[in-house]
Amino acid sequence: MATPKPRVKVPKTASQGEVITIKTLISHPMESGQRKDKDGNAIPRQIINKFTCEFNGQVVFSCDMDPAVSANPYMEFTAKINEPGTFKFTWVDDDGSVFETENKIVIE
Amino acid sequence: FMVLGPKMTYAATEQTDAAIKAFTGGAEPAKGKISLDTPEIAENGNTVPVGVYVESPMTADNYVESVVILADGNPNPAVATFHFTAMSGVAEAKTRIRLAKTQNVIAVAKMSDGSTFIDTKEVKVTIGGCGG
Repeated sequence: MATPKPRVKVPKTASQGEVITIKTLISHPMESGQRKDKDGNAIPRQIINKFTCEFNGQVVFSCDMDPAVSANPYMEFTAKINEPGTFKFTWVDDDGSVFETENKIVIE
Repeated sequence: FMVLGPKMTYAATEQTDAAIKAFTGGAEPAKGKISLDTPEIAENGNTVPVGVYVESPMTADNYVESVVILADGNPNPAVATFHFTAMSGVAEAKTRIRLAKTQNVIAVAKMSDGSTFIDTKEVKVTIGGCGG
């Protein structure tokens, strides 16, 4: 499996108190555990099971994922901006790997 | 190259009901406040867009805690659980899910006061998305 690559879309600026929309995607096969290989052996489950979005160290939104989430899991959600700061996005794989990315936002 | 198994087992309605009860703590969720947005027909069951919106002021003492998404015709009804906070501003989220066949998608919201709300939408699936 290629190393999962996170992609996020966060506005660079917001006005005080604005509710912004954040879009995230990470490349990942989300192997469901339901499939079999050509020899009939079950392919073991391996998915991203947890996504978290923090802003200045506080959790804004998180999601527990099951194998029914599509490959390259996409999440769209909102955040209310009261101060400038940094978003931290974290994805956790079944194998324990953690993938992270950060985005800054300023108040205009 | 990979092929699908000849047989897949599908979640029974009882399993879905049990998952709802586990989420609500046994309570029967009410209709209203939550709206689930799904396509009427999904040509590709591997990636079906699903959105959910819950009416709430989203203040520190009155907000939507979480929303569980279930699919009653998949091998396992669990799809995803969204966790919101007052910092979400709005209780709204979108993702893309797998649906093995035509079935009901169910969303249940749990508010910070413990009350629960449900919405159900049927999605007709042309090509099943059971891991393929």
